[in-house]
Amino acid sequence: MKKISKHTFRSNTLPAMTTVGPVSLWLLFFVAIPLLYVLVMSFCSLDESYNVVFKFTAENYARLMDPNYIQIYTTSILVAFFTTVLCIIIGYPFSFLIARTKWKHKALLYMMVIIPFWTNSLIRIYGWRTFLGTGGWLNHMLLMLHITSEPVEFLFNKGTTVLGMVYCLFPFMVLPLYTAIEKLDSTLLEASSDLGAKGSVTFRKIILPLTMSGVFSGSIMVFIPCLGYFFVSDILGGGNSDVIGNLIERQFQSGNNWPLGAALSIILILITLLLVKIYQKLGGDMDSLGV
Amino acid sequence: MNVEEDKKVIVEIKGVNKIYGSNHVVKDLDLTVYEGEFLTLLGSSGCGKTTTLRMVAGFEEPSSGIIRVEGEDIQNKEPFERDVNTVFQSYALFPHMTIYDNVAYGLKMKKVKKAKIKEKVMNMLELVQLGGFERRYPSQLSGGQKQRVAIARALINQPKVLLLDEPLGALDLKLRKQMQLELKRLQRKLNITFIYVTHDQEEALTMSDRICIMNEGVLQQVGTPVDIYESPQTKFVATFIGETNLFEGSVLEKQGDKMRIVVEPGDFKVRGGGFNHGDMVAVSVRPERMLYSESPVEGFGLMGIVKEQVYVGSVLKTIVVLSNGNEIKIERLAGQELPTGGQVYLYWNDGDAKLIHTFDNVFAQAVENIVMK
Ligand SMILES: Nc1ncnc2c1ncn2[C@@H]1O[C@H](COP(=O)(O)OP(=O)(O)OP(=O)(O)O)[C@@H](O)[C@H]1O
Ligand SMILES: [Mg+2]
Repeated sequence: MKKISKHTFRSNTLPAMTTVGPVSLWLLFFVAIPLLYVLVMSFCSLDESYNVVFKFTAENYARLMDPNYIQIYTTSILVAFFTTVLCIIIGYPFSFLIARTKWKHKALLYMMVIIPFWTNSLIRIYGWRTFLGTGGWLNHMLLMLHITSEPVEFLFNKGTTVLGMVYCLFPFMVLPLYTAIEKLDSTLLEASSDLGAKGSVTFRKIILPLTMSGVFSGSIMVFIPCLGYFFVSDILGGGNSDVIGNLIERQFQSGNNWPLGAALSIILILITLLLVKIYQKLGGDMDSLGV
Repeated sequence: MNVEEDKKVIVEIKGVNKIYGSNHVVKDLDLTVYEGEFLTLLGSSGCGKTTTLRMVAGFEEPSSGIIRVEGEDIQNKEPFERDVNTVFQSYALFPHMTIYDNVAYGLKMKKVKKAKIKEKVMNMLELVQLGGFERRYPSQLSGGQKQRVAIARALINQPKVLLLDEPLGALDLKLRKQMQLELKRLQRKLNITFIYVTHDQEEALTMSDRICIMNEGVLQQVGTPVDIYESPQTKFVATFIGETNLFEGSVLEKQGDKMRIVVEPGDFKVRGGGFNHGDMVAVSVRPERMLYSESPVEGFGLMGIVKEQVYVGSVLKTIVVLSNGNEIKIERLAGQELPTGGQVYLYWNDGDAKLIHTFDNVFAQAVENIVMK
């Protein structure tokens, strides 16, 4: 996460073009043009046989205010909020432990968090479904131990969606937290203690403020994808806790209403930008978001 | 020594050892610090100075031994419960707090009233000549200014003892000299006991009331700067502080306090008590006390060849090579130059040679080697 100093190429533009050029092209083809396409699409209309026609309309945006959709936005934000909070609550002590352990193999602990996330998250989410389902492992165990007499339905509520989200997005919280805690100078903690602060006070006055940047970037990196991870709520939420991502996905698939999907996507992008702006305003560092 | 005895003891370190794994870092340290004194721990890198300081502060626990502050054993006290404060070499200022909040930190922890805190912080900043800096952040200060904040922050609690770990190590020479004087001034003014760590002997000699010299975790000698310089008690101290010429040999004859000592390249007579016939001895003679003559001197059988003579400022430095190849350094205020390659006889005035028992050291070393194996 090193800061790259901002050079200005005044005297020699040719080398500048050769270095910046490919990146600009890449951005143009894979970011700018698709985005523009989505933007244009969001103002298009449908004909009777659900084909997209280039006829300007703002109706797609008007439909976004549909109470059913607002319900989904609310759920989506709630899920993202609880996911983020849980990720902080679990991730902070966890990152603290691996960042500050004196054990010499701490890189190993770190890798143990990261490695599982190299396998496809869809598969891992299905894993949770088989584990938690009425015919799943957990219920088998409960029945065997006579804790319950009938299988319990754990799945298909907001709780399981949040669980899946936490599970999927946890490393995105740990990464920036670990970095922030790792670079915390331990003599500052000694200085605080030396000046009469108990451990809890040192935590509140020194550790937390100095690692807040990690909490911020972690939160951004968890909250935003949470709005879009439709497959998690699909598999674990069973339609009871749709997020904005589900809504968008539906427009492009079963709903076959691309312009509406595009309008929803634009809204999601705007929400993301807004959150990042807030993050910057709070003094967040763009580098620690990995952008 | 008498003077010290009427002083109040503030820190007492008794039989303290610190062992990291197989690394014995501090060995049987006994050290008494008196109230209001400026005591310096001096020694080369890795000799255990920082470790000693950290044990007093409470960041490390001694492997064995006792540390008392004002007579009270502090073993079970956490750093935040100890009446000592530390100035860290890296300053360790809180980067997210203003200078004011940094300095006020200790008082806030003590739950001092706001108005009182303000008054004290302002006075303290004035004292370290940082009035008007209270709204700045540490990143907006120069190295020397940060150092002053670190000192102010540690002093504001009026600790019984202030521990300073190479506080001037990161400053350039000029600023360092200036800060040395300021620190000394502060210490006198506030009358707080300072335990100061440095590996700069000049710094130690100019600032300290007493110096404690350590080598490889072993305390070598504690004494005033003059004591340390004039009467080194171990070979290490003699060579570590200032320059010296060391002759190692043994006592050949003894009559009263007069002895004849043989060394590899010759022999000489000295006065000194506490030695017996056959004892191993090291004799230290400072370059500025070493004399030479072109004709033999009564009582001295040390002869050498002039290898080099240079003027360094007003001082004439001469190097004389003895028959065994050892080089003897001689310094004198400008005088007659000797021809290079000429023969000279070395001597010194009574009392300018310091005698150091070496047998004990060798013996102790041998015992330790056996025990360790
Ligand atoms: N936490 C630790 N674990 C293991 N060994 C340590 C630890 N802290 C210090 N040491 C070792 O103890 C020895 C003494 O260290 P210390 O920091 O006290 O030296 P010092 O006299 O302050 O040296 P310097 O002048 O370089 O600061 C060194 O050999 C060091 O490697
Ligand atoms: Mg040190």
